[in-house]
Amino acid sequence: MISTRELAKDFVVSRTETVHAVRGISLEVEPGELVAVLGPNGAGKTTTLRMLTTLIAPTSGTAKVAGYDVSTNPGQVRRQIGYVGQGNGAGHSQRVRDELYGQGVIYGLDSRSAKLRSDELIESLELGDLARRKVSELSGGQRRRLDVAMGLVHAPGLLFLDEPSTGLDPQNRANLWDHILRMREQYSMTIVLTTHYLDEADSMAERVVVVDHGEVIADDTADALKAKLAGDLLLLTVAPGNLAGTAELAGQLLGAREVVAEGDQVSVRVANGPVALPELISAAQRTGVPVAAAQVIRPTLDDVFLNLTGRSLREADSTGKAAA
Amino acid sequence: MTTLTVPTEQIEATRTVQRNLFRDTVIVMRRELKPVLHDPFSLIFGMIQPLVFLALFGPLLAGSLGGSLDGGVWQWFVPSILVMTTLFGTSATGSNLLMEFQTGAHERMLVTPLSRSSLLIGRALKEMVPLFGQAVIVIAVMVPFGFDLHLGGAIVGLALLAVFGVGLGSFSYALAIVVRKQDWMFWVVQQTFLFPLMILSGMLLPLETGPEWMRIASKFNPLSYLVDAERTLFAGDVTSSAVLWGWIAGLVTVALGLTVGIRTMLRSAD
Repeated sequence: MISTRELAKDFVVSRTETVHAVRGISLEVEPGELVAVLGPNGAGKTTTLRMLTTLIAPTSGTAKVAGYDVSTNPGQVRRQIGYVGQGNGAGHSQRVRDELYGQGVIYGLDSRSAKLRSDELIESLELGDLARRKVSELSGGQRRRLDVAMGLVHAPGLLFLDEPSTGLDPQNRANLWDHILRMREQYSMTIVLTTHYLDEADSMAERVVVVDHGEVIADDTADALKAKLAGDLLLLTVAPGNLAGTAELAGQLLGAREVVAEGDQVSVRVANGPVALPELISAAQRTGVPVAAAQVIRPTLDDVFLNLTGRSLREADSTGKAAA
Repeated sequence: MTTLTVPTEQIEATRTVQRNLFRDTVIVMRRELKPVLHDPFSLIFGMIQPLVFLALFGPLLAGSLGGSLDGGVWQWFVPSILVMTTLFGTSATGSNLLMEFQTGAHERMLVTPLSRSSLLIGRALKEMVPLFGQAVIVIAVMVPFGFDLHLGGAIVGLALLAVFGVGLGSFSYALAIVVRKQDWMFWVVQQTFLFPLMILSGMLLPLETGPEWMRIASKFNPLSYLVDAERTLFAGDVTSSAVLWGWIAGLVTVALGLTVGIRTMLRSAD
């Protein structure tokens, strides 16, 4: 569905300063995949998406989207894809139903199918009471649902979502995702989305592409990334005086690293926590160390990011510049 | 849960519709017109605006220069009002766009298969639709006051205005894109250009009595040729050389406007 080779984008800020927003991304996306592009603000996620959707021309490299080259055949690419940008696709001075209908006509639906399609989307995205309202009168969550509906009017085989749930409260986010996943099932769409919500990438995407400083630094399922790049954290609370001994035992576990003994607690990172924990407890008991409490903490994608870059995604977020 | 009943194949089939500039332009224009039509209040006010100007400025003009103007003051001033309305309407095209830039609607339309020039032409022509309504109202009101209607010339005159309007609208669109990060600049630049162009075209007051430098400057103002052509057309003369110059000015404006507008738009997503 998507195939890019060494895709890059530079923005010339001034004569002396050029920002390398994207530095050679090569990515393959198969039909039917749901891929999340994860990274801090300014990592190049949005710029990549904007190149794939023909909004901006790559500085170098190539990208084929839905069978067509974005540089030489942008018109064909545009016909094949749906796009939900960071802003509101529906004009604020327009009415909900008018915009949906108009979007259908733009993509070549005849008047009757465009009407049918808009009514169906209005119903399935629960916009029924709002169909005749002006877009500017909608709440943030309603507007976002409308944006998604706009991207779906022509039932595209490939849908791009740029930070679809940013700014929504948890309930609205969950609701939006319900809709997106249901639509995906109905149309067997390929979906590529960007997000800086770790939990969103974790729970929704089947594949996570981690981007930082304009490069892909990891690309796998969330579970595989976590197992490979972070591992589970074991926490063992032991009686005073046994800390050093327990730490030594922890260090002997399969794949053990980052052994830390502090206060009354020993922590260690291992590849497979649920298996390693009973091992560690019984080893402690064999040496006569009473274990007061034990815990396995599964890693998050933030741990993955931390391991890959040395910084937490959340910190990178707050210090990063606005997405280009 | 509702199930969608439109089969996907049907959508696939309709998607291969033949695209052309005319269809795209009509789509863009109709979309732009919808909020106007939903708001009859602003529509009515917009319609009577030229009448207000005509009623307040016309008598002053008649009082001070009435006798010296060819064919009487209304024959001279009604075409001016139509050019002025075109000028104000189309040069403000970009301000609608600025709003859509900020919300993301423009970006959404750039990702659709709509042709780039239709986004410019459709928006500018949208400003021309109320103008045709205004023209009809102005003419209907002025005929009892001695305005002489020559239908053929008037129709050609409105067509010429539309061509000019698309050109001006495209420049306005380009301006909006260039200043999109400091949107207040839009009106500053628009007015800086608008008033000199307007005054140096002899639209409101004849330049014949003005200083030499103003008359020379007006020769470099495409709007002067448009105003002359409109007056000639509304007087019923379709074959005069003034009309030819008007068309040349109009076509040059539209060619330049579209070139600049599309170039700016292609870089607008950066």
